[in-house]
Amino acid sequence: MKPYVSVEGIARRYGAMTIFEDVWFGIARGEFACLVGHSGCGKTTILNILAGLESPDEGAVIVDGTEISGPSLDRAVIFQGHALMPWMTAAGNVAFALSCRHRSWSRAQCDAAAREALKRVGLSHAADRKPAELSGGMKQRVGIARALALNPKMLLMDEPFSALDALTRGSLQDEVARLVAETQQTAFMITHDVDEAILLADRILLMSNGPGARIAEVVVNTLPKPRTRANLHHMPGYHALRDHVLDFLITRSKDFDAKAPPAGWSARAVPETRPALPLAAD
Amino acid sequence: MSQKVPFWRAATVSLLLLTVLLMAWEYAVLPVSGGGAEIDPEYAALLGQAAAQGGTTPMPGPSAIWKRLVELMADPFYVRGTNDQGIGVQIAYSLLRVGAGFGLAAIVAIPLGFLIGMSPLLNAALNPFIQVLRPVSPLAWMPLALYSIKDSAISAVFVIFICSIWPMLLNTAFGVASVRKEWLNVARTLEAGTWKTATRVILPAAAPTIVTGMRISIGIAWLVIVAAEMLVGGTGIGYWVWNQWNNLSIADIVIAILMIGLVGLALDRLLGLAANAVAWRE
Ligand SMILES: Nc1ncnc2c1ncn2[C@@H]1O[C@H](COP(=O)(O)OP(=O)(O)OP(=O)(O)O)[C@@H](O)[C@H]1O
Ligand SMILES: [Mg+2]
Repeated sequence: MKPYVSVEGIARRYGAMTIFEDVWFGIARGEFACLVGHSGCGKTTILNILAGLESPDEGAVIVDGTEISGPSLDRAVIFQGHALMPWMTAAGNVAFALSCRHRSWSRAQCDAAAREALKRVGLSHAADRKPAELSGGMKQRVGIARALALNPKMLLMDEPFSALDALTRGSLQDEVARLVAETQQTAFMITHDVDEAILLADRILLMSNGPGARIAEVVVNTLPKPRTRANLHHMPGYHALRDHVLDFLITRSKDFDAKAPPAGWSARAVPETRPALPLAAD
Repeated sequence: MSQKVPFWRAATVSLLLLTVLLMAWEYAVLPVSGGGAEIDPEYAALLGQAAAQGGTTPMPGPSAIWKRLVELMADPFYVRGTNDQGIGVQIAYSLLRVGAGFGLAAIVAIPLGFLIGMSPLLNAALNPFIQVLRPVSPLAWMPLALYSIKDSAISAVFVIFICSIWPMLLNTAFGVASVRKEWLNVARTLEAGTWKTATRVILPAAAPTIVTGMRISIGIAWLVIVAAEMLVGGTGIGYWVWNQWNNLSIADIVIAILMIGLVGLALDRLLGLAANAVAWRE
């Protein structure tokens, strides 16, 4: 049986230059997958392909049994730069998204639902403010509220917290963890932050460096849920997991060679590792 | 450098300058033959006081102009036959022409600019025409307009149309073309559709640039209408100025200059208000 999302051999090329190729992975329904890799290896491109904003030069993405051919309201995107419309209020931004989702809704219905969505991210008091009057963290919260209000089948996030300070980022990570768990949301997120990936992801996809990048390893996060930033680093296996991912980013990502891959590696079935399990420590 | 100067201080200096200017003017145009004040011949030569000699009309001083202004303003809207109408009526004619020409230009330029901004092909295809036609003085169109339209009043409107179309067209196209990709991507992932994207995203995003174009256009239109009316005659403030020149009523000409300036200022302020209404801040 196929997973909910199935990425099948996608590639992106610019002329003779191959950014990535032969990328295969799947995301199960209700699963949270994180994509980690160095700058320029093509993470945003992959997310845009999943969103339907770009199409791959090779391969296809199958969602729920059908190949995607364009953007869809079922796959909501949380953009890196919040991407709020500055001429609309916070509530207006969410209401605009809702009016696209529910074409038959009246303006008042959209507005009420937008305020409800903002309440879920703790922004009731700022509903009538324009983005320019919000802090970076609040703007990103509005972006999250906008995406979740659509009640999508899947959430796509491109480094949603990278522009925020550490404190704000932390509280938003906990919040996203809670919201995604509550709604059993299927999610795909790009991040540079190893702790963020460990906190949120069920599986971490590790991408080798470009050009010609691939999914080099898949790390299964076996740490128990619910995870919060407060308890995460006390969990047994956390350090092994973290070291494994960091080691990949520092050395293995650039040593990976698809022509001479490590034993057992194949593009279509990238081996999964469980470094947090005591057994895997060998 | 750009410290905020208190209003009253700037106003005092402005008033002072005005007083000095008016007094100097009044003094400069004092009749030489009136005996009394003896004028240094060199100074007279410098000012070229040919006007003070018999046979030519003397330059009126501020007090004479003020008297005339009070006279004109007592009944600015009188109509005593086609060749004798109040200055208010004349300005109203000019405003009507500017309004018609500018309005028509906006109706054509804004939608067309939208298309040009959205389609790189159309942009490239129309660019040579725009580049060649834009620098042409609007008055150069006048003979062609008179020849083909055969109506002087409509020809003047046409000239206004042709001169106000370019800034609006170019600004609209530029504003639409430079709408942030992010916002367009948001609209795409929301499956907003062409119409909703155009009206709810592109239009508000480009509105400040479009209104700036309109503001430039109305300024040019108001400059051009005076010249156009001098050519076509009949009615309007431009015609009135020319008529007063033929009558050698210099005071009326000075008053007309003042009026043209004030109306131009009012038009600019009006579009300034529109600009504030559509402005957004990131
Ligand atoms: N028009 C283009 N022509 C050539 N190369 C391009 C073009 N657009 C993008 N690229 C390259 O594609 C690669 C992938 O870009 P992408 O934005 O997906 O990277 P990323 O992994 O998201 O990086 P980051 O972590 O910095 O966001 C980059 O190396 C970039 O230089
Ligand atoms: Mg990126």
